[in-house]
Amino acid sequence: MNWETVIGLEVHVQLATKTKIFSAASTAFGAEPNTQACAIDLAMPGTLPVVNQQAIDYAVMFGLAIDAEIGKTSVFERKNYFYPDLPKGYQTTQLEQPVVGPGTVDIQLDNGDTKSVRIHHAHLEEDAGKSLHEGDFRSGVSGIDLNRAGTPLIEIVSEPDMSNAQEAVAFAKKLHSIVTSLGICDGEMSQGSMRFDVNISVRPQGEEKLGTRTETKNLNSFKFMEDAIHLEVERQIDVLEDGGEIKQETRLYNGETKVARSMRSKEEANDYRYFPCPDLLPVVISDEHVEQLRSKLPELPDAKQQRFIEQYDLSEYDAGVLSTHAAIANYFEKTATHSKNAKLTANWVSGELSARLNTESLSIGQSPVSAEQLAGLIVRIADNSISSKMAKQVFDGIWNGEGDADQIIEKRGLKQVSDSGALESMVAEVLASNQAMVDDYINTDPDKRKKKLGGFMGQIMKASKGQANPQQVSQILAKKLAELL
Amino acid sequence: MHNFTITELIDGLKNRVFSSTEITQHFLSRIKTLDPAFNSVITLTEDQAIEAARLADQQLAKGDSAPLCGIPVLHKDIFCTNGVRTSCGSKMLDNFVPPYDATVVENFKTSGAIMLGKTNMDEFAMGSSNETSFYGPVKNPWATNSVPGGSSGGSAAAIAARLAPGATATDTGGSIRQPAALCGITGLKPTYGRVSRWGMIAFASSLDQGGPMARTAEDCALLLNCMASYDQKDSTCVDRPVPNYSANLGDSVKGLRIGIPKEYFSEGLNAGTEKAVRESLAEYEKMGAELVEISLPNTGLSVPAYYVIAPAEASANLSRFDGVKYGHRCDNPKDLEDLYRRTRAEGFGDEVQRRILIGTYCLSAGYYDAYYGKAQQVRELIRQDFTQAFEKVDLIMGPTCPSPAFEFGSKGNDPVAMYLEDIYTISTNLAGLPGMSLPCGMVDNKPVGLQIIGNYFDEARMLNAAHQFQQVTDWHTQAPEGIES
Repeated sequence: MNWETVIGLEVHVQLATKTKIFSAASTAFGAEPNTQACAIDLAMPGTLPVVNQQAIDYAVMFGLAIDAEIGKTSVFERKNYFYPDLPKGYQTTQLEQPVVGPGTVDIQLDNGDTKSVRIHHAHLEEDAGKSLHEGDFRSGVSGIDLNRAGTPLIEIVSEPDMSNAQEAVAFAKKLHSIVTSLGICDGEMSQGSMRFDVNISVRPQGEEKLGTRTETKNLNSFKFMEDAIHLEVERQIDVLEDGGEIKQETRLYNGETKVARSMRSKEEANDYRYFPCPDLLPVVISDEHVEQLRSKLPELPDAKQQRFIEQYDLSEYDAGVLSTHAAIANYFEKTATHSKNAKLTANWVSGELSARLNTESLSIGQSPVSAEQLAGLIVRIADNSISSKMAKQVFDGIWNGEGDADQIIEKRGLKQVSDSGALESMVAEVLASNQAMVDDYINTDPDKRKKKLGGFMGQIMKASKGQANPQQVSQILAKKLAELL
Repeated sequence: MHNFTITELIDGLKNRVFSSTEITQHFLSRIKTLDPAFNSVITLTEDQAIEAARLADQQLAKGDSAPLCGIPVLHKDIFCTNGVRTSCGSKMLDNFVPPYDATVVENFKTSGAIMLGKTNMDEFAMGSSNETSFYGPVKNPWATNSVPGGSSGGSAAAIAARLAPGATATDTGGSIRQPAALCGITGLKPTYGRVSRWGMIAFASSLDQGGPMARTAEDCALLLNCMASYDQKDSTCVDRPVPNYSANLGDSVKGLRIGIPKEYFSEGLNAGTEKAVRESLAEYEKMGAELVEISLPNTGLSVPAYYVIAPAEASANLSRFDGVKYGHRCDNPKDLEDLYRRTRAEGFGDEVQRRILIGTYCLSAGYYDAYYGKAQQVRELIRQDFTQAFEKVDLIMGPTCPSPAFEFGSKGNDPVAMYLEDIYTISTNLAGLPGMSLPCGMVDNKPVGLQIIGNYFDEARMLNAAHQFQQVTDWHTQAPEGIES
């Protein structure tokens, strides 16, 4: 039987506010446990939440970016359950009246088509703390770190509009691109800044009714998400083909061991007893404020891609690669402005630079080569001062902190020789000292002489210590050899 | 000295008739000598009080004009006090010492008041008799076999017994007014949002409101002047200037339109109480006020609506007491669930557990609409009752509670009988309106309270009316037998 997969995502995005959603404690990542939790985060008796306006604005900006309805009045509710890393015994979240209503996100498929994924809604909520079950803790005893408790999140809930892992990943990456471009999330997946819950079901091809779904929770990389989807789809198909039934359940996937397991079944699910939080007034967002935020919205990835195509004459592919991440796009534009050669800049940013950053696991913000430095290098490539081969050496030099392109070219004596007089005498000298090669060339069948040119080029470049301008050399060489015939 | 009102004490301090140290010592020694019979104070902060009084005397000598400089007060043990155990009348918080002050406590400090200690109360403010306190019941100074009312029974009894000239209290369904009535003192529950809830341990957040207790309306005005403030730490606090509540106390009540709700004089009202209240209303008529019969048709629904909404909010508010972060923790929990179960079973008394269960039930899936949803609708109807009434009248008056102080144990096995004790006070909390109680007669040597309900933020008018009543009556000057000297 042919099976069809149906996927919906719930995406938790940590908002890049300086302080928490209901307190003034810092949200910075990586501090010593419990050093960034104030009395409110610890749910000390008598403490009260005050909502962080920045978090609301960020959520509205996301809503505007996906063309969604903005909730004029949104309401925080309490979601009740007991867990040690949930200090109040309830999570403050939104249910009936979320800040962001229905919207859409367009994704690019591998075949070049565009698909619209509908967003059901996005709501604001606070993150929980972390339970620490390992490390210094004796067996049976867990530690609790409440630094993360109260970190603002938006939870983006999609409709079940994706039909395979590739689409789900494309959707996830698109959301990543949107929230980082907006500057509302740092996008650091390894620090949990974006986490994905994937709802998956399968049904026989052509069947209208949705199959029973499972939810695989808390995936924090695109790769893990892709693997987890493949695994779960296979599992469901196996169960159904063996005549079994899918149980509605929550599952956990371990990206290291590549194994998933059931966490809890529907029957074990909590009754969260949601009700409006009486400590917080409904959040009222005026049209005026929405328009103010809209006017300050940065350029979004799709618009940027289009602009790159038009302004810099880039291919759709290059423009797409360079516009996905705001930081990369900014780096590209800065470099292109200085280098005045967009095409070459695009090649270097998406080629050599990206590859090197990847290898060393650095983000564009951590690049040892500044946009100005890369532009300096590109200027020298464009004006033929150095060959592309030399350019790679110069790039390495900049990367290693030896200075700017011109300083390195000067210091290493890499300047390309383009003076035609000097090149002519260099070619003549090489021809004169390699009479056997010249004879061989002359005696070769005219159709096959082209193949012999490489030998001469190698000798000449060697003689010039690689500094001869190869295009010019090959022209002079062709001319000189023709004269000898 | 203890028979002086706050107003008189302020004069005495200004005129150097006595020092703050003298009056502070005097009240401390009265508490130590007399309170064993009443049990109104849980924690005495003697050393701090003496030190604060010494500093106050220095300030007074310099001519400091902080409004309550050197005046001793007691705080209900629901208000967090930095460095001083704040138990909320519960075993759960018997060991809890907050590292912060409630805004109310801070406001009193800023006004120069001296904290003598913390007063007894029903556990987590859940009760109308002070019988639910972990520290044992408070006894009514007028009849020690009878209850002082609750939940602010400690504050009311302490003032009645002249152990302090004023105290803070809170009112969720009548917890200021009912004990004020039963103990023959004056107490005011302000408009919801007038007094900050920061640092006031939550029972039912949408109903809780702090307010002052003293012997006279004039003193309550002085206390409210410093207690009320706009506080950014409480989102439900209303940003509105605090008037000088003492300014218009002397105004005439001539022409004042007083609404008499017929529902407040129906079955269940003690005959002696009714007589006292009717006579008081006649006093107002004599002073030139106009009595207008009105109807608050949904009064009968207030108790059932309240006993859905308040427990629902409480069930979430009390989830934070889980033995993880502070407060009581059971010995040797064998796992997480055991920790939760035993900590909460040991830490909470019966009435608190009953209300958590009621609240949890009302919010559960399948019951929410029938209980919580319906109760919210009733709440809106009750609000409308008052809105319509205040189109016709300036104030509403009636009995504070159905009968004078009842004997210990007389309602112990019948929670509903106890809940009906608040039938005349609960509606104002549901509507968010201000209400007060002042002494207006005696039945069997037990005080009777007259309730005044005002429109939103109309505390000044209520205090004016109460003060005028106290100019022509002497119920507020009467003291229980044996405590005068």
